[in-house]
Amino acid sequence: MTTQPTTTYLNVTHGLASWLLTKDHKRIGLLYLVVVSIAFALGGVFAGLIRLELLTPPGDMVTSDLYNRIFTMHGVAMVFFVLIPAVPAILGNFVLPLQLGAKDVAFPKLNLLSWYIFVIGFIFTAFAMVMGGVDTGWTFYTPYSTTASNSNVMAAGVGVFITGFSSILTGVNFMVTIHRMRAPGLTWFRLPLFVWALYATSLVQILGTPVVAITVLMVAMERGLGLGIFDPTLGGDPVLFQHLFWFYSHPAVYIMILPPMGAISECIACFSRKTVFGYSFVAFSSLSIAVFGFLVWAHHMFVAGISPYSAMVFSFLTFAVAIPSAVKTFNWTATLYRGAIWFKAPMMYVYGFLGLFLIGGLTGLFLASLGTDVHIHDTYFVVAHFHYIMVGGAIMGYLAGLHFWWPKMTGRMYSDGLAKVGAALIFIGFNLTFFPQFILGYMGMPRRYHMYPPEWEMLNVLSTGGAGILGIGYLLAVGALLWSLKYGAVAGDNPWHATGLEWTTQSPPLPENFVETPIVTEPAYNYAHREIKVV
Amino acid sequence: MSEVAAPAHAVGHGHDALHHHAAQQHHFESLDQQHEASTLGMWFFLVQEVMFFGGLFTAYMVYRIWYPEAWAEGSRELDILLGGINTVVLIGSSLTMALAVRSAQVGSNKGAFRWTMLTMILGLTFLVIKFFEYEHKFELNHVPGANFVFEGPHANQVEIFLSLYFAMTGLHALHMIIGFGILAWVAWLAHNERFSREWSTPVEMTGLYWHFVDIVWIFLFPLLYLVDRAGQLG
Repeated sequence: MTTQPTTTYLNVTHGLASWLLTKDHKRIGLLYLVVVSIAFALGGVFAGLIRLELLTPPGDMVTSDLYNRIFTMHGVAMVFFVLIPAVPAILGNFVLPLQLGAKDVAFPKLNLLSWYIFVIGFIFTAFAMVMGGVDTGWTFYTPYSTTASNSNVMAAGVGVFITGFSSILTGVNFMVTIHRMRAPGLTWFRLPLFVWALYATSLVQILGTPVVAITVLMVAMERGLGLGIFDPTLGGDPVLFQHLFWFYSHPAVYIMILPPMGAISECIACFSRKTVFGYSFVAFSSLSIAVFGFLVWAHHMFVAGISPYSAMVFSFLTFAVAIPSAVKTFNWTATLYRGAIWFKAPMMYVYGFLGLFLIGGLTGLFLASLGTDVHIHDTYFVVAHFHYIMVGGAIMGYLAGLHFWWPKMTGRMYSDGLAKVGAALIFIGFNLTFFPQFILGYMGMPRRYHMYPPEWEMLNVLSTGGAGILGIGYLLAVGALLWSLKYGAVAGDNPWHATGLEWTTQSPPLPENFVETPIVTEPAYNYAHREIKVV
Repeated sequence: MSEVAAPAHAVGHGHDALHHHAAQQHHFESLDQQHEASTLGMWFFLVQEVMFFGGLFTAYMVYRIWYPEAWAEGSRELDILLGGINTVVLIGSSLTMALAVRSAQVGSNKGAFRWTMLTMILGLTFLVIKFFEYEHKFELNHVPGANFVFEGPHANQVEIFLSLYFAMTGLHALHMIIGFGILAWVAWLAHNERFSREWSTPVEMTGLYWHFVDIVWIFLFPLLYLVDRAGQLG
């Protein structure tokens, strides 16, 4: 029976101030976990309201104006305060220095500052919610957002602007950390794939996020100061806003999905007891997704009146970005082949991820095709597609990573059975919620309306029912994790017998991670040379 | 762990404290590593700055291609003399900044202090001149918004030009104001004799930032002030 180590990053100092002024990357990761979880709960409540309204065909629960605000706040909360920070800011902060054998990230004070910037941005947005919300959709399209909307566009926009800098500074911090803080012997091609994924993500964060920041700022200046940059009455171009907005907001999808993909690589290697098939291909596919991701933005604008020639180029490039994603999916599957598969809770999420990401990715190709996109643009098909990527992909990957590193973070092991039930409910509930939406969208149900014709009722009822199961699944997963904090068995340093430097130190780790700086002598995922000790 | 007592000024947690420079943070192995990390971080930060201004430059480019006459009209409204003086002032401040970096690198805190102060004075000069330029625009009602008045065939598009003018120069000025804060901190460090041949990272990083802000202006000046000005300069 192992016992908890006496000195850990959790108990080395006490009191609220020791948390709010901490420079320890592990504590900062937990601070993010708290705020992101609050945002997830908020966004989830908004999602629940959407599904309740759509339970019946008439718009009988909320007015169309209130409905606009509800789905906007759902999008803003989930995109900017959950999906973008979840894996990099929570798991990345906690795990990255440990995986590199470093004492901390390169700039610990900047790291804490990023969290404060994040919280201030969140407060602005929450203020906008409390004051009555925003009704523009999370995309803030002009000229509606600049001239017509009388909701709290300014407060929400400023919130998004501020939060963007949290993301940028985290990106700078991680890139420098990966370049300069690696332990002796930890060459680039010995890095865990999670690190490669974080590096590619950071690249998108520092190249893309500033563009949306300036774009939102231009909207704010137009609304608040009366400048006219996108104003069509002056000859300004609202489509220019869309170009600038999607230049970031499409790559932002890769900010959301790349880090979970990294977590999936870690889990799949560990629970198949094999090295990841085609390590360097998986590593470079992260980078090529990040690079190609910058060249596909106008596929959001095929029906916005852009030139058909540019639309053809963007359509082609969008198909091209499917290649590195497919490389990853094939390589993960090949990793399973002839592996000694250990079916623990994180692996449940991995399987869920593989299936859902595959559906999400392939339906993306329907939208990348110019012809079919005209038919399904702005329908529930799009809604279903991006939820398969963002929830089915990103959130499943996040939960896989969270369950994988939870024993390292807390020193406790959750109930595997309970966690598996949670994972199964999430998978079933998710499919029940979103698969009917593909059909609804294909039949022509537009997004962002609070009513629909009665013949679509059955599929909408299924979807709402699925959302209920999904919600119960999340609560169960959270419950299992929280339960472990008090009643879970002591996890020990390496409960999964995993490779990676983070598993060589104690759980929970020391304040400065390692007793002495580790020296790396082997490639990542060297499971072939590791005894399997299944507990 | 070193058994030797750490010197009073050492930051860190004791190990090998005697060999550590006072400025070295405990999570770095050496002062060199810390310096390299700071430099790389600053460059990455400047990359994001380029992208940040890039959004505005893109909007500028699109509209300039669409509305060349309005751009020429709008540009003629700007004060080329004041803009020109400001360009010289700002390039001068980059020189004094570079000299501040040089002084710190050779261990002269006095020099670093003086050149930093001079950089701030030149920066302030720039902002004062900019203020008068802005004020003049307010007097003429050339500020975009409800009170905008402009006589000319392309008044609407000139309003877009002037919107971009205020957005771009305003953000540039905001960057200079932030730079003041950083320069003041550097001057304070120099005043307290904190720089040496081994450690002058803050001055170098401030220098990178200041030069960046300077370069933004080097692009802004011709793009905003010098559209279709050939006839006037004779």
